[in-house]
Amino acid sequence: MSHRYLPLTEKDKQEMLDTIGISDVSELFSDIPEKVRFKGELNIKPKKSETSLLRELGNISKKNITTETHVSFLGAGAYDHYIPTVVDHVISRSEFYTAYTPYQPEISQGELQAIFEFQTLISELTAMDVANSSMYDGPTAFAEAATMAAGKTRKKKVVVSKGVHYQAIEVLRTYCKAQGIEVVEVELDGSYTDLARLDEAADEDTAAVMVQYPNFLGSVEDLEEIEKIAHKHKGLFVVNSNPLALSILTPPGEFGADIVTGDTQVFGIPTQFGGPHCGYFAATSKLMRKMPGRLVGQTQDDEGNRGFVLTLQAREQHIRRDKATSNICSNQALNALASSVAMSALGKKGAVEMAENNIQNTYYMKNQLKSKGFEILDGQSFNEFAVKLSKNVDDINDTLYDDGFIGGFNLGRVDEKFENHMLIAVTELRTKDEIDSFVERLGEYNA
Amino acid sequence: MLKGSSPLIFERSTEDRFAYSLPDLEVEKHELSDIIDTKFIRRTKAELPEISELDLMRHYTELSNKNHGVDSGFYPLGSCTMKYNPKINEKVARMPGFANSHPEQNDKAIQGSLEIVHDMQEHLKEITGMDEITLQPAAGAQGEWTALMMIKAFHEANGDHNRTKVIVPDSAHGTNPASAVVAGFEAVTVKSNERGLVDIDHLKTLVGDDTAAIMLTNPNTLGLFEEDILEIRDIVHEAGGKLYYDGANLNAIMAKVRPGDMGFDAVHLNLHKTFTGPHGGGGPGSGPIGVKAELAKFLPKPLVVKEGDSYRVEHNVPDSIGRVKPFYGNFGIFLRAYTYIRTMGPDGLKEVSENAVLNANYMMRRLEGTFELPYKQHCKHEFVISGSRQKKMGVRTLDMAKRLLDFGYHPPTIYFPLNVEECMMVEPTETESKETLDGFVDTLIHISKEAEEDPDIVLEAPHTTVIGRLDETQAARKPVLRFQREDIIEEKE
Repeated sequence: MSHRYLPLTEKDKQEMLDTIGISDVSELFSDIPEKVRFKGELNIKPKKSETSLLRELGNISKKNITTETHVSFLGAGAYDHYIPTVVDHVISRSEFYTAYTPYQPEISQGELQAIFEFQTLISELTAMDVANSSMYDGPTAFAEAATMAAGKTRKKKVVVSKGVHYQAIEVLRTYCKAQGIEVVEVELDGSYTDLARLDEAADEDTAAVMVQYPNFLGSVEDLEEIEKIAHKHKGLFVVNSNPLALSILTPPGEFGADIVTGDTQVFGIPTQFGGPHCGYFAATSKLMRKMPGRLVGQTQDDEGNRGFVLTLQAREQHIRRDKATSNICSNQALNALASSVAMSALGKKGAVEMAENNIQNTYYMKNQLKSKGFEILDGQSFNEFAVKLSKNVDDINDTLYDDGFIGGFNLGRVDEKFENHMLIAVTELRTKDEIDSFVERLGEYNA
Repeated sequence: MLKGSSPLIFERSTEDRFAYSLPDLEVEKHELSDIIDTKFIRRTKAELPEISELDLMRHYTELSNKNHGVDSGFYPLGSCTMKYNPKINEKVARMPGFANSHPEQNDKAIQGSLEIVHDMQEHLKEITGMDEITLQPAAGAQGEWTALMMIKAFHEANGDHNRTKVIVPDSAHGTNPASAVVAGFEAVTVKSNERGLVDIDHLKTLVGDDTAAIMLTNPNTLGLFEEDILEIRDIVHEAGGKLYYDGANLNAIMAKVRPGDMGFDAVHLNLHKTFTGPHGGGGPGSGPIGVKAELAKFLPKPLVVKEGDSYRVEHNVPDSIGRVKPFYGNFGIFLRAYTYIRTMGPDGLKEVSENAVLNANYMMRRLEGTFELPYKQHCKHEFVISGSRQKKMGVRTLDMAKRLLDFGYHPPTIYFPLNVEECMMVEPTETESKETLDGFVDTLIHISKEAEEDPDIVLEAPHTTVIGRLDETQAARKPVLRFQREDIIEEKE
């Protein structure tokens, strides 16, 4: 045995070769054309012992500036939230994390039930009839909502607000380009979608009107008005939504949304350099059979015991192949479990309290900035807002690192008209002191 | 283990319980309605469960006890590469410097993460023999789609607008034709011949000036190496198409033959298969793609580049197909895979493939007396057997699979590939010992004997699991997809 993961001894190998009736393992590779066989050794780094590898990677990890070393006011799609300690203990149970997709329900009831509970939690938060077992992330879920809407309505255009996360719009464009779906972007008016322009852009050829709630600039969009625009011409109403915000905001389902997507990173998933996070996809029951991804359904065994199985698989690629509604196979099951644990730990009251603390902290910080004369791109904010600074945001952030802060997102990277605008996120984890001293620093750099 | 059903977490909920500890709000609290219009304030709270921390842990511990993972027992699920998930990987992924790193910071604040991205790209280039790598795709299927989008962009950049067809073998994974269609192509099927390999004569009739690409898994899903790969390469390239490598089965050939050297133009890898990112109960995965130089300018953005001793994110990629995934892909998963590669080194990876292939061939030869072996040649890391003999005794492959559960095994992949009757597709992986393989083989032979002598015990299996065979028809006919106190929802259409 030459490696701790490889149990075959020389004696084992010899016995196995004898059973196969060959003398050397190379004979098992003799069908590879001689011309292209790889000879010699891969030119990659040599193997390392457990301890020295941990030391090396630990040192690399310390080159990052993180919420462990600095106080963060950065969000923009990945947030610094409270993660209950139980979350990591549950997802570290290897019966969960070393299992495959639950194709054998009799020995996968744990995973199947956990997913069923995830589907229920998402349905509750969004006020939608059904939710699937997860998608890669919020932006790809959002993009799949567009292709699904186009398939359902047989229309080839989607209208999307520029209040949607800029990366979600970019991913949407890539997905739509492939299928010949036109993407029309609608400008903002202040920190909100310009509803007059949205109304102009949506017409009989529109498969979906797509917005974000709260939007990328943190403002709570008027879903009541947008719903009217979306449904006027029989398009679908698609809302991308932060599920934490939905524990306190009126859910999109109550405003008549047809599809709600988003990312559950806010519940129990670390930012981990942007992934893996966890997309969710919820819809009305009318759209159930067009949904992408796996669905877990309740049923019973021959003795009448309640049990869970993967269901409606005729939508999926492994059955339907080129007629499938989506090509998604792997999803984010383990992260969906992490979010389920976090949502369950917070529970009915904790989720509301956590969401409200985001709102209150953000409101406080905006008022502090206003009192110092900062110009805020204002709105009814959940936990983000944009502030105008006098210098380039990247430069200010470089300086803020030295003060122990991770500053907000440079909105100028997304749109020239937001040059020198910083998108600031204030979660429930920020203390009053942290907010006050960050405001003070910004005041100094802005002077 | 508890027999029967477990209560749902919602059924364990009691008003006024909780399992959280939030920091106190320190700022002055305003009326919510002073901040947000009441129209947007939720009137009824979402019905999340209310449960104490211990009861929460017990709930999920009970569920985990009803789940079989690689750490629980042998998991020879073909095409899924259910190998050991090293614990050091989990430790590295949880290092605070990685776990709490934010993707939208200035480059100087993310040098550690960017270094991992870049060095992983370098390692995968060498392992696959490709010129450029992106780690962005979230999983294999997204990698397939991303690479097909690049191939489409390549043809279009050449003014070649009629290449609308992607050729896919009948034995291919379902994601292949699905990804082709999602990328805007038409999927065309090429047949397998009597040896389980691509039928070259049929392929010749399919290629033409409308061929965009062929997607191949090599070794294919039957576990057989496409030994005519160079002829296939020439046929497709001469027609102006590209060769796409589905890396699901890379575990068979590391340091033996590289996709790039076989003539493939694009490849995806399933890091959660070959490179031990855990399967997680269905995900998250990571599906990097590698491409040859002529496709590189179409890579999804952004790119991570090294300049001197530091790393930089390049957003300006004019010919890019665009963004396919937020941020930089599933960093936490490719970090685990990177840790694995660094643990194994070059000779380790080579031995991985040798032992995976040795294990599979050993099992196949031990089973071929009892089960019909449709393809006689040496296999690679997996093989298929047919339950056709047992079917004549009235016992189907599904029944034998369920019977395996009684012995603590996860069954092989069954009824796939579609071109083998009563198919069982077995992939042992290299991390299993000879004793484990022998135990499984002996059990399968035993079950076959049961099929002959006492078929009911097989037909009524499983006998020892927490729950019996479930009524899947009922689940699909009247879908109940969420818990509701008022009971089930009716499908409105």
